[in-house]
Amino acid sequence: MSRLAILHIRTPEGIVFSQELAGPMTRFLAWFIDGLCLLAFVFLLMTALSVFGFLSPDIAQAVGTLGMFVFYLGYGIYTEWRWRGQTIGKRVLRLRVVDVHGLRLKFSQVLIRNLLRPVDMQPLFFYLVGGLASLLNSRCQRLGDLAANTIVVRIPKLTEPNLDQLMADKFNSLRAAPHLEARLRQRVSPAEASIALQAIVRRDLLEPRARVELFAELAAHFKGKVQFPVDTVEGITDEQYVRNVLDCLFRPGRKSAARPQPDAEPAPPGNVPPVAA
Amino acid sequence: MIIDLQRFLAAERPFWIELEKLLDGLETTGGAVMQFEQARRFHYLYERAAAGLAKLNTFSSEPETRRYLESLVARAYGEINETRERQHRFSPWHWLFQTLPQTFRRRIRAFWLALGITMAGALFGGFAVAFDPEAKAAILPEMFANHMGDPAERVAKEEKDAKGHSAERMTSFSAQLMVNNISVSIRALAFGVTYGIGTIILLFYNGIILGLVTADYVMAGQTVFLLGWLLPHGVIELPAIFIGAQAGLVLAGALVGWGRRETLRARLRAVAPDLMTLICGVALMLVWAGIVEAFFSQFHAPVLPYSVKITFGCIELMALIFFLSRCGRAEEEQEKATAAAPLLEAKARS
Repeated sequence: MSRLAILHIRTPEGIVFSQELAGPMTRFLAWFIDGLCLLAFVFLLMTALSVFGFLSPDIAQAVGTLGMFVFYLGYGIYTEWRWRGQTIGKRVLRLRVVDVHGLRLKFSQVLIRNLLRPVDMQPLFFYLVGGLASLLNSRCQRLGDLAANTIVVRIPKLTEPNLDQLMADKFNSLRAAPHLEARLRQRVSPAEASIALQAIVRRDLLEPRARVELFAELAAHFKGKVQFPVDTVEGITDEQYVRNVLDCLFRPGRKSAARPQPDAEPAPPGNVPPVAA
Repeated sequence: MIIDLQRFLAAERPFWIELEKLLDGLETTGGAVMQFEQARRFHYLYERAAAGLAKLNTFSSEPETRRYLESLVARAYGEINETRERQHRFSPWHWLFQTLPQTFRRRIRAFWLALGITMAGALFGGFAVAFDPEAKAAILPEMFANHMGDPAERVAKEEKDAKGHSAERMTSFSAQLMVNNISVSIRALAFGVTYGIGTIILLFYNGIILGLVTADYVMAGQTVFLLGWLLPHGVIELPAIFIGAQAGLVLAGALVGWGRRETLRARLRAVAPDLMTLICGVALMLVWAGIVEAFFSQFHAPVLPYSVKITFGCIELMALIFFLSRCGRAEEEQEKATAAAPLLEAKARS
C-alpha cells in the first residue's frame, strides 16, 4: 500500500506550508533502529554490572533492573524532548515528531505519546494496534499520537534543481521571436511549467520509448499555446523544444548564446541531441 | 508569471542556510536561550523564508526546493510559536505541594470511579473465594503462587523466617517492585485510550485478586498478619495505582467528551498537563512504596511487631490523605477568589 499523506498548515501570516507525514513502515524502521540502540545500551549495562556484580550482586541487580526500565521508558521521552521530536532512529530516517498544528512540542505531549506506547505495541511487541491505527488515521497517527496531539513528519533534504540542465549557455532558437516568447510566458501556467521542468530534470530515469512519447506530448502541448515561426523550430527534437520553452520561462530576459557556426567544434556527446537552429 | 528561479535561489539560499544552521543549533542544544539580537535575526530569517515560500507557492517552482523551504518554514514556525500559556521555571517544590494535589482534587471524580471499580472487583473476588474455594486456583495468576496454599501455613512459615527476604536480596527486590508497580500504573493510564475499557478491566481484575487474597486471609483468621503485611506499602501502592487509573479515566473522558462542545483535539490538549502531573506523582509514590515493601513490609513478628507495622501504615495513610486533600488548598482558593473578583465587582456595581 502506498500513499503520501500531506498535512497543510496555515500560519497567522497567511503562509501555507505542507508537511509530508511519515507512514507506518518508515516509522517502524525508525523504531527498529531505536530498538537496536536499546539493545546496545542493555549490553553495555550488563557488561558494566558484571564487573560491579563481584562487589555487590544485590545492588548490581537492582541497578540493572532500574537502569533498563528507566532507559526503556526514558529513551524516547528524553531524546524527543531534547532533540525537538527526534530519537536516533528518527534522525537517521529524517523523521520528526511535531505538534498536530506544527507548533513546538510540549513536555506533556512527549510524555503522553511515549507512555501510551504499551497500547500501540500490542500484541507483545508487534505494534499491530499502533500500525493499524496509523493506517486508518488520515494523519498517520498511532493511539499515542492521537492522545498527545502529535504527528510524525518527514524532513526533506535540500536538493537544488540543476537548471543548467535546461539550456546552460546554449543557443535557443525561440529567443529569435521575443514577442512570442513573452506570450508564451503569459500563457503557460506555473503548474505546466513545473511538469515540464520535472520531465527535463528526470529525463534520464525514463525508458527511451516513454521519454520520446512524453516529450512529444509536452512539445505538442506547448506548441498549442504559442505558434513560433517555422524557421525557429525547424529540425529540433521535441525534447529540445521543451528545453527551449523552459529556458524562456525560467530565464526571462536572458540573452541566448550565439548561434553555433557550422565550422565550430562539435558539442560533447550526451543524452540530449545538440541544439538545432 | 514565472520567476527567474536560478536568480531567486542564488539570492535566497544564503538566508535559508543561515536559518537552517540556527535551527540545527536550537534543536541539538535543547533548551538554549537566544539573545535579543539573535532572536531578531531568527525572526527576520523566518519571515524571509516564509515570504520566499509564498513566492514559490504562487509562481512555478521546482517541487524539491518548495518541499525543503516548507520544511524550513515549518521548523522555524514551530520554534517561534508554541502552545504554552506562559513560560515559567519548573519548581519541584511547587509542583509537589501544589500542582499535584490540586490536579488530584480537580479530577477527583475519576479517582472515585477507579476506587469504586476496584472495590466492585474486590467484592467479586471476596465472594468467589468465600463461596467457591476452588476459585483461588482458577483466578490467581502464577506470580501469586505463594498464596495458593493455606494462609495459616504461610503465616507460620513467614513468622518462622521472620527476617523476610534475605538481606542480600532486598535492594534488587525493591527495584523489581518499583518497576512492576510503575508498569501497572502506566498501563492503567495508557489503556484509557481504549475509551477507558482497558483501564476498567485492569482495575476490576486487580480488585478481584485483592479481594480474593484479603477474604482468604480473613477467613483463615489471619487478619492481623494481613494488615501488618499489606498496610505499610499498600496504603501508598494501591492509591498510586488508583491515581494511575484516574489519569486513564480522565483520558477516556476527554476521548468520549460527553456534553462538551470543544473538539476532540482541544479536549485532549486540555487534559494533557493533568495526565503528566498525575503519572509523575504516581511514579514518586511507587518509588516510596517499593522501598517500604522491600525494607519494611517483608519483616514480620517477632522481629517487627504487627502493631508497629499497622501503626506505620495508618500514619502513612493519614499523611497521604492530608497531602492530597489539604496541600495547595489555600493557593487554590486564593486563585478562585482572584478569578471571581471582577464578576463580584460587576455584580456589586449593577
